[in-house]
Amino acid sequence: MKNENLYNYILGIADNSLILGQRMGELCGHGPTLETDIACTNISLDLFGQVRSYFQYAAKIAGDGRTEDDIAMLRKERDYKNVLLSEQPNTNFAYTIGRQFLFDVYHLAFLTELQKSSDLTLSAIANKCVKEVSYHERFSLDWVKRLGDGTEESNQKMQEAINDLWTYTDELFHQTGADKAMVAEGVGVDVTKLKENYYKSVSELLEEARLKTPESKWFQKGGKQGIHTEHLGYLLADLQYMQRTYPNMEW
Amino acid sequence: MSTKNWPLWEIFVRSKNGLEHRHCGSLHAADSDMALENARDVYTRRNEGVSIWVVESKHITASNPENNGELFEPAQDKVYRHPTFYDLPDEVKHM
Amino acid sequence: MSEEQIKSLEKHFEERIARDEKIEPKDWMPEKYRKTHIRQMSQHAHSEIVGMLPEGNWITRAPSLRRKVALLAKVQDEAGHGLYLYSATETLGISRDEMYEQLHTGKAKYSSIFNYPTITWADMGAIGWLVDGAAIINQVPLCNTSYGPYARAMIRVCKEESFHQRQGFEIMMKLANGTPEQKDMAQDALNRWWWPSLMMLGPTDDVSVHTEQSMKWKLKRKSNDDLRQQFIDQTVPQADLIGLTIPDPDLKWNEERGSYDFGEIDWDEFWQVVKGHGPMNKQRMKARVGAWERGEWVRDAAMAHAEKKQARKEKQVV
Repeated sequence: MKNENLYNYILGIADNSLILGQRMGELCGHGPTLETDIACTNISLDLFGQVRSYFQYAAKIAGDGRTEDDIAMLRKERDYKNVLLSEQPNTNFAYTIGRQFLFDVYHLAFLTELQKSSDLTLSAIANKCVKEVSYHERFSLDWVKRLGDGTEESNQKMQEAINDLWTYTDELFHQTGADKAMVAEGVGVDVTKLKENYYKSVSELLEEARLKTPESKWFQKGGKQGIHTEHLGYLLADLQYMQRTYPNMEW
Repeated sequence: MSTKNWPLWEIFVRSKNGLEHRHCGSLHAADSDMALENARDVYTRRNEGVSIWVVESKHITASNPENNGELFEPAQDKVYRHPTFYDLPDEVKHM
Repeated sequence: MSEEQIKSLEKHFEERIARDEKIEPKDWMPEKYRKTHIRQMSQHAHSEIVGMLPEGNWITRAPSLRRKVALLAKVQDEAGHGLYLYSATETLGISRDEMYEQLHTGKAKYSSIFNYPTITWADMGAIGWLVDGAAIINQVPLCNTSYGPYARAMIRVCKEESFHQRQGFEIMMKLANGTPEQKDMAQDALNRWWWPSLMMLGPTDDVSVHTEQSMKWKLKRKSNDDLRQQFIDQTVPQADLIGLTIPDPDLKWNEERGSYDFGEIDWDEFWQVVKGHGPMNKQRMKARVGAWERGEWVRDAAMAHAEKKQARKEKQVV
C-alpha cells in the first residue's frame, strides 16, 4: 500500500471509536433511566458515525476494493489498534461513565489538534467530530460529578471505576511508528504533547467531583500494538458474527 | 426502592431563530442541568431545535378549566377588538 | 357531588368528545375514562420499552455499520416513544415509577409480540416490516384520539416511526434478493413472525372486551378484525413483491370482498403468551427489572447530588 502509514494512522484513531461505540451500544435498552439510555445511544451513534467517515477514507486509501465494513469487521484480533481503555466492559454504570470520561478528555484534546492536520479529509472529519465529542465530555463529566458527589455508595463505585481504569490511561499518549511518521508529515497529532495537560485537567475535574486521582504509576499498554485484554475477543465475536458466518454477502 | 424519584420537567424548544419556544413534552431529570441535557438528547434528535427551555413542572401554575366561563367567555363578544367590526368605504383598499 | 350532577357532567363530557373536542389533563373526566386511559397508554408505553429488547439483542451483531446505526437509532426511538407515552400518562395522575412497578410486578401488560425471541438477523427485518407495520395501523388513528396529551404524543411517535417500517422492509428486501442462504433466512423469519403479527392486532371482535366504550372515546377507531384485514391486505402484495411466501395455505384473494381470505389463527398460542407463558416472557421481564434495579444507586446518586448542589447554592446566596 502506498500510504500505509496514513492508513494505519487512521485505523488507530477509528478503532477507538468503533470499540467504544460498540460498548456503548450494548447498553441500549438497559440504562438506569430512559433518558440516560437515550443519551448513551446518542454517544454510540456519534461514535459509529465517526467510524464510518474514517473507514470510508481508509478504504479509499487502501484502494484494494475493501469497504468500510470489511475494515470494521474482517480483521483479526491482533489487527485492531484501539487503546485498552476503550474495550473495558460495562461492569456497572460507574465503569461506563469512567471509561467514557477518561477517553473523552483525551479525545477532545486530540480532535482539537487534528483539526490542524495538513490532511484535509482528516481535518474536516475532526472538525465535525470535535463538536460531538465536546458534548460527550460534558455528559460524562457531569455524570462523574453526580456519582462522585452523590451518595456514599456512588462515590465509592465511581472511585473504584476510576482506580481500575486508571491503568489504561497512559497508553493514550504512546506513539506507534505510523503515528510518528504522520506527526513528521504534519498530518498526525503528537499525542505525547497532550499528556501533561490531560493529567492536570483530569485530576482537577476528579477533585471537583470529590474523587481522588489514583497515585499508581503502573500502567498497562499493548492495544496500539494489537495486544489486547481478554475482553476484546468476545466483543469482536459479536461485532464480526454476521460477516464471519455469512462471508461475502451484502446486507 | 429509591429514596426519591427524579422530578418531572416541561420542555420548550425553539425550532429556529425568529420563532417562539413551544412546549414539546416533558421528561424526568434530577436537576435543571440534567433536564437540559436530557431535553437535548430526547427532543432534538432530529435537528428540531436551536434553543431549549426547561421548567420544573411543579412551578407551572395553570388556570382551572372550571373557571373557563368567567376567564374566557367574556372576550367572545368584544368584536370591536377585531378590524372586521369597522365599516369602511369600498374605495379604501388597504387599511 | 350528587349523582345527578355527575350524570350531567358525564353527558356534557360525552358530547364534547362526540363534537371532536379534545380532553385536556385538568378537565373534568369520568373516573372510568381516566382509568381506561392510564391502562391503555401505560400498556402502550410498556410495549415500546419492552420492545427495545428483542431488537436491542442484535445491535452488537448487526452485519454492517449502516445497518448498525439504523438499528441503534430505531431502538433509541422506541425509548423516546416510551418516554413520550409515559409522560402523557403522567398527566392523568400516575407517576412513571408507579407504572414501572405495575409492569415489573406483572400487573400491567405489554404487547405480547415482544415475547418471541429474535434468533437471526432476518428477525430485524421481519420486526420492522411486520410488527411496526401492524403497530402503525393501530397507531395512526390514535393521532386523533380524544385525550389531548395522548393524541399529541402519538403524532410525534407516528412522525418519527415513519422510517422504522422502511428500515425493516429494506432489510428483508436485501435478504430476499440475496444468496439462497439469505433468502431462506428471510423466509424463515417471515414464517415465524407472520402469525404473531396477526395476533398483535388483538383478539377477534366477538371476544374483544372494552371495544364499544373505546370507540366512543376514540381510543379505537376500527375493530380488531378490520385492522387485521387491513394489515393483511397491505402486506401480502409487499411479500409478493420481494418474492417471499406468506406461511398460510388458506390465504386467497377474495374478489367479491376485495380482500384476502386467510386461515385460522391459533388463539391458544396467543392466550398462552398473554398469560405469561410465551418463549421470552420471563427473560424480558428479568431484563427490565434488572436494568431498573441496577440503576437504582445511579438514580439516587443523581438526586442526592442535585440536592447538595441546591443546598450549596442557597448557602452562597446567604
